[in-house]
Amino acid sequence: MKELTQLKKVVSHPYAYIRKYKKQTGKKVVGYCCSYAPEEIIWAAGALPVRLFGTNENIHLADTHLQSYCCSLVRGILEEALDKRLDFVDGIIFPHTCDSFQRLSDIWRLNIPEQFHLDVVLPVKLDTPSAKKYMAAILEKCRKDLGKALGKDITQAMLARSVKTYNKIRSLAGKLYELRCANPQIISGTDFHAVIKAAMIMDRDQYLKILTQIVKQLQKAKPRKTRDEAKRLVLSGSVCTHPDIYGIIEDAGGVVVWDDLCTGYRYFEGQMNEKIAPLKAITARYLKRVICPAKHMELRGRGENLIRLVKQSKAQGVVFLLLKFCDPHAFDYPYLKEMLEAEKIPFMLLDMEAELPPVGQLQTRFETFIQIL
Amino acid sequence: MKKAISEFFKMVLILLAGKFKKFTMRFKKTKTMKDYMMVYYSQAKSARLTGKKVAWITSGGPVEPLIAMDVIPVYPENHGAMIGASKMGGHLCELAENMGYSADLCSYARSDISCATINGGPIGGLPRPDMLVCCNNICGTVLKWYEIQARYFNVPLFILDTPFCHTEYTEEMGRYVRAQFDEYIVFLEKACGRKFDFDKLKEVGHLSHQGQLLWQAVLDTATHKPSPMSAFDAFYHLALIVTLRGTQDVLDYYTWLAGYMKDRIARGIGAVPNEKYRLLWDNIPIWHRTRWLSEKFASHNACLVADTYTTAWCGALKYIDENNFIDSAAEAHARIYLNIGVDQMAKMVIEMIDKYDVDGFVLHSNRSCKPYSFGQLDIQKIVERERGIPCLMLEADMTDERSFSESQISTRIDAYMEIIKERKNKK
Ligand code: SF4
Ligand code: SF4
Repeated sequence: MKELTQLKKVVSHPYAYIRKYKKQTGKKVVGYCCSYAPEEIIWAAGALPVRLFGTNENIHLADTHLQSYCCSLVRGILEEALDKRLDFVDGIIFPHTCDSFQRLSDIWRLNIPEQFHLDVVLPVKLDTPSAKKYMAAILEKCRKDLGKALGKDITQAMLARSVKTYNKIRSLAGKLYELRCANPQIISGTDFHAVIKAAMIMDRDQYLKILTQIVKQLQKAKPRKTRDEAKRLVLSGSVCTHPDIYGIIEDAGGVVVWDDLCTGYRYFEGQMNEKIAPLKAITARYLKRVICPAKHMELRGRGENLIRLVKQSKAQGVVFLLLKFCDPHAFDYPYLKEMLEAEKIPFMLLDMEAELPPVGQLQTRFETFIQIL
Repeated sequence: MKKAISEFFKMVLILLAGKFKKFTMRFKKTKTMKDYMMVYYSQAKSARLTGKKVAWITSGGPVEPLIAMDVIPVYPENHGAMIGASKMGGHLCELAENMGYSADLCSYARSDISCATINGGPIGGLPRPDMLVCCNNICGTVLKWYEIQARYFNVPLFILDTPFCHTEYTEEMGRYVRAQFDEYIVFLEKACGRKFDFDKLKEVGHLSHQGQLLWQAVLDTATHKPSPMSAFDAFYHLALIVTLRGTQDVLDYYTWLAGYMKDRIARGIGAVPNEKYRLLWDNIPIWHRTRWLSEKFASHNACLVADTYTTAWCGALKYIDENNFIDSAAEAHARIYLNIGVDQMAKMVIEMIDKYDVDGFVLHSNRSCKPYSFGQLDIQKIVERERGIPCLMLEADMTDERSFSESQISTRIDAYMEIIKERKNKK
């Protein structure tokens, strides 16, 4: 599929794509690191929102700002920024999430003055009337501040257009998830991951076109001879920056049929109401979507959601991908684990340091787990 | 029953006070810190018998409305400090790790979570809460920690969400936090089953404000040379402003304490007998090594005269309007030391460096506390640039004593003190 090849190229060299894109279109680029960044507003302003994933290689500059007990994601993103590898970014936007990102924002503001810097201090609890009001107020403030930074008035019409685009992308991505869940063989995990990741990097209109094509073709595709024995798994955690995982799981006899990741389904989940004021619709979605553990909604909401995902996708087990030093996820793990146990859903925990263990070792761990399913 | 509890506490507190022996021995007062804490904890522990309600609350949370409603506030973080001081942190943390909690999580949270399930620790666990009040102005950890306890105890949880003030406290934030104080009151009315007492709140708010002013007055005595008290003394005396803020007891005790310190000044007595070097401490104490550290620095004739940690309990005074508790409390709770940007923290550190006229800055890089520790390296750079004083960063954990390397830290302190001495002698 040529569309797929195109996406894979973007994903394997995202910065080259963005540099070229900037040159060709003259558009501004706004970096972000969390799925609570109000991308719809950035895209409405005519700027390209780009999710930063950081690097695990050759970290030395970030170590002079962050101690050893900081997660590799925050460290890796700071490293790239300090090393001027993100010079194509015109501005950065930090929605409030965990303690580590909170401080990364400060460190960034003090050490990388050449980009504009925006804190969007979202509420932490999302389920009270005052929190909802505050969320609306803060996104309106974001609209104004971002407009100022980009030298543009971000109008209702611009927002409405962006909402439409995002709705389409998200509903198509949802379709893609469903197609793959029904027939995991129609697209390999690695390719699937590339499609998902490209959504956070590419020009969104261009991406929408390509995604439409891909979904169309996959809808027609006859599943290859099914490997019935492949065990169906759900991934749960924060960010999966290791595309290899999908392939390794497949080699171990499993297949990822759904996920609960912030760079996965949680990013796509939820539609915005196109009949109401666009900013209101954007706000409503951020308040409703399944939360990240750094936010508060119901006491067992994430657990219930995970169990629902497992059941809906007919998965046989859950793999927790937890980044070392990630507090919010580590605090939730025992309760999620308990809820899965009560439902007799098997799970395994993969603690991820900056570097993944050697492939062979990983594969053995997955094989051991998959064998018990 | 009550007597047994209080006997038990006496024992525990004597044990804990042993860490501060040097200090308590000098103290002659009818009601000591130990007495206050003993009464406080035995009242809290016997709440079931006396029919009072117990709330667990975070250290930076608004406790005044609880006191106004006659609810006994209990502070898991203070409990965490006691666990650390009695060197029980490592064991309790390990138990939490067996429950599935990562060893990289805050050790207050880890030890409290496991302690609740076994009623362990130095005082046999905290009394069971009837409600939980969590203010996230110190960290995101408390949110997760209180969610866990809300699930475990199955009691109502109130979250006071104080947006982080990276560079500013905006109108939006002000409205949001203020609105939550109203929600807090509704929450308390429901949990207590009666109308909120606003007159009482006024009174408590006033006492709380007075208490903070007095605590500031106590800490201020350390500007004198030699300093009559050290940060280690402050770590000890802090317990009252944390746990009994808003009561008359705090005023009585700190009035006496401030007077006591002034008397020491008048008589020229210093906390460190031969104070030659003055240092500033950053971050939460290393509770399991306070005494050792205090002696270590004293052996170099160095006194840690002040710290950013105990100052936090009077750091937001400038926002408080004692006649308008609720309105000003919103801002005061949002703008505390840990809820502001790194550059503003550095500014406050520099103010303290000048105020206490210190020769060096010692930073505890605390594995447990990410919001306190990330950004320290930048603060250190700012301090070195702006004031040119030597800085020392020690990596440790406030409660979990398992990875503390005494010999390594000892060597580093010795080397650091050499630099301080050399620099001072040159002057
Ligand atoms: S949520 Fe976890 S993984 Fe994400 S930045 Fe925070 S600590 Fe790191
Ligand atoms: S030590 Fe730090 S992380 Fe732990 S509860 Fe206190 S402020 Fe939060």
